[in-house]
Amino acid sequence: MSPLRLAERLLQLIPVLLGISVIVFAMMALTPGDPVQIMLGDSLADQAQRDSLRRDMGLDLPVVERFFRFLGNALTGNFGLSFFHRRPVMDVILERLPATIELTLVAMFIAIAVAVPLGVIAAVRRNSLLDRIATIGSMLGVSMPGFWFGILLILLFAVNLHLLPVSGRIGFGHEVKMVTGFVLIDTLMAGRLDSFLDALRHMLLPAVTLGLAMSALLMRVTRTSMLEALSQDYVTFAEAKGLSRVRVVGRHALKNALIPTVTVAAIETGSLLGGNMIIETVFGWPGLGRLVVEAIFSRNYPLVQAAVLIYATTYVLLNFLADLLYTVLNPKVRL
Amino acid sequence: MSSVDAALPAARSQEESILSGNLRDFLANRMSVAAAVVCLAFCLIAIFAPLLAPQNPYETDLLRRLQPPAWMEGGERGFWLGCDALGRDVLSRMIYGTRVSIMIGVAVVLLATVIGTTLGLLAGYLRGPVDMVIARVCDILLGFPYLIFAIGLMAMMGPGLQNIILALCYKEWVLPCRVVRAETLAAREQDYVEAARALGASRWHIMRREILPNILSPVIVVATFRMAYIIIAEASLSFLGLGVQPPTASWGSLVADGRAFLLDAWWVSTFPGLAILALVLAINVASQGLRDAFDPRLSR
Repeated sequence: MSPLRLAERLLQLIPVLLGISVIVFAMMALTPGDPVQIMLGDSLADQAQRDSLRRDMGLDLPVVERFFRFLGNALTGNFGLSFFHRRPVMDVILERLPATIELTLVAMFIAIAVAVPLGVIAAVRRNSLLDRIATIGSMLGVSMPGFWFGILLILLFAVNLHLLPVSGRIGFGHEVKMVTGFVLIDTLMAGRLDSFLDALRHMLLPAVTLGLAMSALLMRVTRTSMLEALSQDYVTFAEAKGLSRVRVVGRHALKNALIPTVTVAAIETGSLLGGNMIIETVFGWPGLGRLVVEAIFSRNYPLVQAAVLIYATTYVLLNFLADLLYTVLNPKVRL
Repeated sequence: MSSVDAALPAARSQEESILSGNLRDFLANRMSVAAAVVCLAFCLIAIFAPLLAPQNPYETDLLRRLQPPAWMEGGERGFWLGCDALGRDVLSRMIYGTRVSIMIGVAVVLLATVIGTTLGLLAGYLRGPVDMVIARVCDILLGFPYLIFAIGLMAMMGPGLQNIILALCYKEWVLPCRVVRAETLAAREQDYVEAARALGASRWHIMRREILPNILSPVIVVATFRMAYIIIAEASLSFLGLGVQPPTASWGSLVADGRAFLLDAWWVSTFPGLAILALVLAINVASQGLRDAFDPRLSR
C-alpha cells in the first residue's frame, strides 16, 4: 500500500474519533444530577464554595466551549479529577490498565492456541466425529453467557476441586514489587518462580472465560477458510506432486487459510474489551473493566467518560490495524 | 400505483414460490426445526408465566432461605429448583425472567430492524448526501465496542426496562442498516426497478413495494441472529446490576443473585444461566437454519 493511501486512511479516522468524542461528551453532559453535588456529597460546603468549584470545573461555561475544553484536555490525557479517588482520572486508569491488557493478551493467546489447531483438524477431517464435536462446541461457545461460564468454572475448579483460586491477581505472600504492572513479567523479573506460577494460576480461569467466545469464533473461521484453501488448485497440484499430506496442509494451505483468522482475531480483540468488564467483575480482577463498573455505581462520571473514550479509541485503532494487516497479508486486496 | 402492481403479477407469484421453497428447505432441516420449537416453547412460557409458575416469584420467605432443589436433602415439592437468599422460588423467578429476556430481545430487534431498514433503504436508494450522513453516523457508532456503549448509556439514563431497550437499540440499527443499504444498492440497478421507474412509480413506492420485499431474506436472517446476541447483552447488563431493577426477575440478575452463595447454594446461579444458554443456543441453531434456507450466499 502506498504511503499516500495510508495517510488517507489515517485521515478518515479523524471524523470517526471526533464523532465518538462528541457522543461521549454528550453522554455525560446529559446525565441527570449535578456533578458538583455528587463530588461534594453531603459535605457542609456553602454556596460560595460550590460556585467556586463549579467555575474550577468549567461547568459555568456554555456547552460548546465546554466540549472544546473537554476535547483539548482529552488530547493531552487530562480527564479531570476522579470524584472518588481525588486523583487525576488518567493516573487511576493507567494504574489499572496493565492488569486488563495482560488478561486480554493471555485470553487471546489461549483462544488462538485452542482454535487454530482445532479448526485445521476439523477441516482436514471434515464430517468426522471430531469435526462434529468441534462444530457443536463452537456453537455452544458463542451461545454461552460469559459471566455464567465463569461462575461454572469457579464452582468446579475453585469451590469443588480446590485446584485454582476464586479471585484476585496474586495470592498472599506472593506479591512482588510492581515495575511494569504486568504481573507475569514482574514476578519473573523479581526471580520469583513460585509467584509467577501463582499469578498464572490466578489468571487461568478468567483468561479461559474471556477467550471462550473468541476461540469458538476463530475455530469456525479457521475451519471455513481451511476448507476453502484445501479445495484450491495449488493444493491439488501440491498433492499431485507427491508432497506429504502434512506438508501440503501445513505449508501450503495453512499459510493462506490463516489470513482471515488473523484479521478476525485482531477485530475480536476489540470486542474482548467489552467482555472484560463482565469477566473482571466475576473474578474480582483488579483491571480497568471492574474500575469502570465500580465508577458507574459511585457516579464517578469523569472516570466513566475517560474510560469509554479510551475503549472506543482503542477499538477504532484495532479495527484500523486489522484492515492494514489484512492488506499486508493479502496482496490481492487493495485498501 | 395500481398500474405498477398490475404490471408485475408474474414477478409476485414467482417471489412467493421462492419464499415457500425457502420455507420447505428450512423445514427439511430437522435440527433447525427442533431449535425453532424450543424458541416457541420459551415464548409460550413467557406468555403464560403467571399460569406456569408454581409459586409467587416475588414472595420472600426467610424460612426457605437458600433451600435446595426438590430432589436434594432439605428440598421441598413445589419449590423444584430451590430458593434464593430471600427464600423466593428459583423456578418461578426463572419463568418470569423469560418474559424480560424475550420482551427485550424482540423489542430491540424489531425497533432496530425497522429503523435500520428504513435508513438503509433511504441511503441505498437516494445515495448522495443522505447516504453520506447515514454512513458517517454508522461509522461513528461502530467505533464503540457494543457492551461499553450500552453500559455508558445505562450509566447515563439509569437502569430500567425502557432504558435498556433504548441503550441496546442505539447501536443495533447499524447492522440491518448496512445490510439493507448494500442490498438496495444492488437492487436499484435491477430490471424490475428500472421497469417500475419507467412506469412512473414514485421513489417511495419503489423503495417500499419493489425493493423491500426483494431484500427481506437477509434482513430476517440478520434479525434472528442478532436476537441471540441481544439476549446475552441484556443478561450481561442485568448481571452487572445495570439492567432491569429488583424485584423484577431477569435471568442475568438471577445469576448475579447467586454469586455470593456459590459455596452453599450452587442452584441459585446455575439454573438461570442454563436457561440463557438454552434459549440463545436454540436461537442460534434456528437462525443458522434460516440463513441456509433463505440466504445461501451468506452460509459458508
